[in-house]
Amino acid sequence: MAQMLEVRNLGISFGGLRAVNEFSLSVKKGQLYGLIGPNGAGKTTVFNLLTGVYKPDTGSVILDGKDITGMKTAQISRAGIARTFQNIRLFGKMPVLDNVKAGLHNRHRYSSVAGILRLPAYFKEEKLMDERAMELLKVFDLDGDAEKIASGLPYGKQRRLEIARAMATDPKLLLLDEPAAGMNPKETQELMEMISFVRKEFDMTILLIEHDMRLVSGICEELTVLNFGEVLAQGATQTVLSDPEVIAAYLGE
Amino acid sequence: MRSKKLKNNLITYGIVVVAFIIMQSLSSAGMLSSLMKGLLVPICVYIVLAVSLNLVVGISGELSLGHAGFMCVGAFGGAFFSKCVQETITVPALRLFLAMLVGAALAALFGFLIGIPVLRLKGDYLAIVTLAFGEIIKNVINVIYIGVDGAGLHFSMRDQFSLGMAPDGKILINGAQGITGTPKDSTFFAGFVLIMVTLFIIMNLIDSRDGRAVMAIRDSRIAAESIGINVTGYKLMCFTVSAALAGAAGTLYAHNLATLTASKFNFNTSILVLVFVVLGGMGSIRGSVIAATALTLLPELLRGLNNYRMLIYSIILIAMMLYNWAPKVLEWRERHFGRLLHRNGKEVE
Repeated sequence: MAQMLEVRNLGISFGGLRAVNEFSLSVKKGQLYGLIGPNGAGKTTVFNLLTGVYKPDTGSVILDGKDITGMKTAQISRAGIARTFQNIRLFGKMPVLDNVKAGLHNRHRYSSVAGILRLPAYFKEEKLMDERAMELLKVFDLDGDAEKIASGLPYGKQRRLEIARAMATDPKLLLLDEPAAGMNPKETQELMEMISFVRKEFDMTILLIEHDMRLVSGICEELTVLNFGEVLAQGATQTVLSDPEVIAAYLGE
Repeated sequence: MRSKKLKNNLITYGIVVVAFIIMQSLSSAGMLSSLMKGLLVPICVYIVLAVSLNLVVGISGELSLGHAGFMCVGAFGGAFFSKCVQETITVPALRLFLAMLVGAALAALFGFLIGIPVLRLKGDYLAIVTLAFGEIIKNVINVIYIGVDGAGLHFSMRDQFSLGMAPDGKILINGAQGITGTPKDSTFFAGFVLIMVTLFIIMNLIDSRDGRAVMAIRDSRIAAESIGINVTGYKLMCFTVSAALAGAAGTLYAHNLATLTASKFNFNTSILVLVFVVLGGMGSIRGSVIAATALTLLPELLRGLNNYRMLIYSIILIAMMLYNWAPKVLEWRERHFGRLLHRNGKEVE
């Protein structure tokens, strides 16, 4: 299978702290890949490096054959990486529908002039955006909340909305940063089903950070374990999770 | 949802149109005092300023304290243009229209250039630097001398004698004394048209792809970037559009005065416009229109209380902020007015 994401020797320092060092990873097209590790291991930093929030000191990131190292966040989004955040970052004061429509920003375009003067392009694209956004909301079972203000949604729905917004950018690779954080076992179960569904429905490649071992061992095909900014183990989920070193560093005896 | 927004916008247009018709007919029936007549154009100016500042403060969420500076650029640019073409273009409405375009373009240019460094800052720092730029603009225009004679335009930043003009020369901009003798082209109708154009631009901009992007940046800059929105570009666009409209308002203002001086466009004016925006509700265009009108009319109608104006202002501001934000007050509102609001089909957040 072809590679979707190829990361080589990625590294970044903050002052004297080497937050991520010699990080390499390769995710195949259509794969569901997990990134785990203890708190402070540098998992979210890796996501921030992949999405251009931080610029790596060393190494390269290749997305679907295209070098995206050092690009700006917005460019990387256009290149095809979408993400969610550990602490949910929705557009809180905007309606749910507009959150998803904001995600469609680069999929449906019209000029500012067309927007202000209400030219035909405005009505045509807005209609397409409304339809597409409603489709996505339906997939994530949020279509009943389309007109509600995003910050007013319950926690689980906010998480789903964030994924819907990310999917609206029509990405090649979806990064999920602890999607199950703060969820109860039932919600986690639903989330697992939803992730599997998204993967099948959109033929999506997914890289996720997670602490919930049930979720990780349930849906991830391959894992990378990060510890103190370095790769501790890499490979098929069951092999990695039974690795004595991983158990010692992360899972506990 | 679309129709709800449309209805909301139509109500705002409606309020302005009705207010215009009422005031215009009162005025032509001779039922307005000269004081009120004199206030009509300034009210239009302040409405445009408040609505345009709301785009930056309410919609894009950046606290700008330099709005008077852009108004100043537009006022002097427009007035200078009108002085130059006073003899060639004799139709007042056309001259005012062209002057507004010049004023708006100049202010937009300044907004763009100032926006590039300023919009790299956040929060309080942005507020302080916009304030500084507003004052810089005012002070620079305060020392500009421009005159015209047979040999062409003369420019100086020292005094009027260093212009070195021929005896028949005419001074157009006279430093701290500003511009005198700008044709009085501003009318209430022109102000009304400018308000309608401003509302049209701002409200349509907000309810479009661009507006969504701007509000997305306001709510979460990082998330907006992560979905591919060009943060700097949109902030700059907002700032420029807002400056351009402030410039047009400045031109309108200048053509209503016999003498235009830069000292008028000081920090207090910026704050005054900000007060309109805050009082009317951040992000609420209709609120800005109403607040600008009310707060321009009230001090004039209550002239006897002039000494206490700033005191009353600050008390109203504090009261409004508490009324809109304090959790206890929100609770109290919900308890006492909650049912009333719900019955009207509105939702209390």
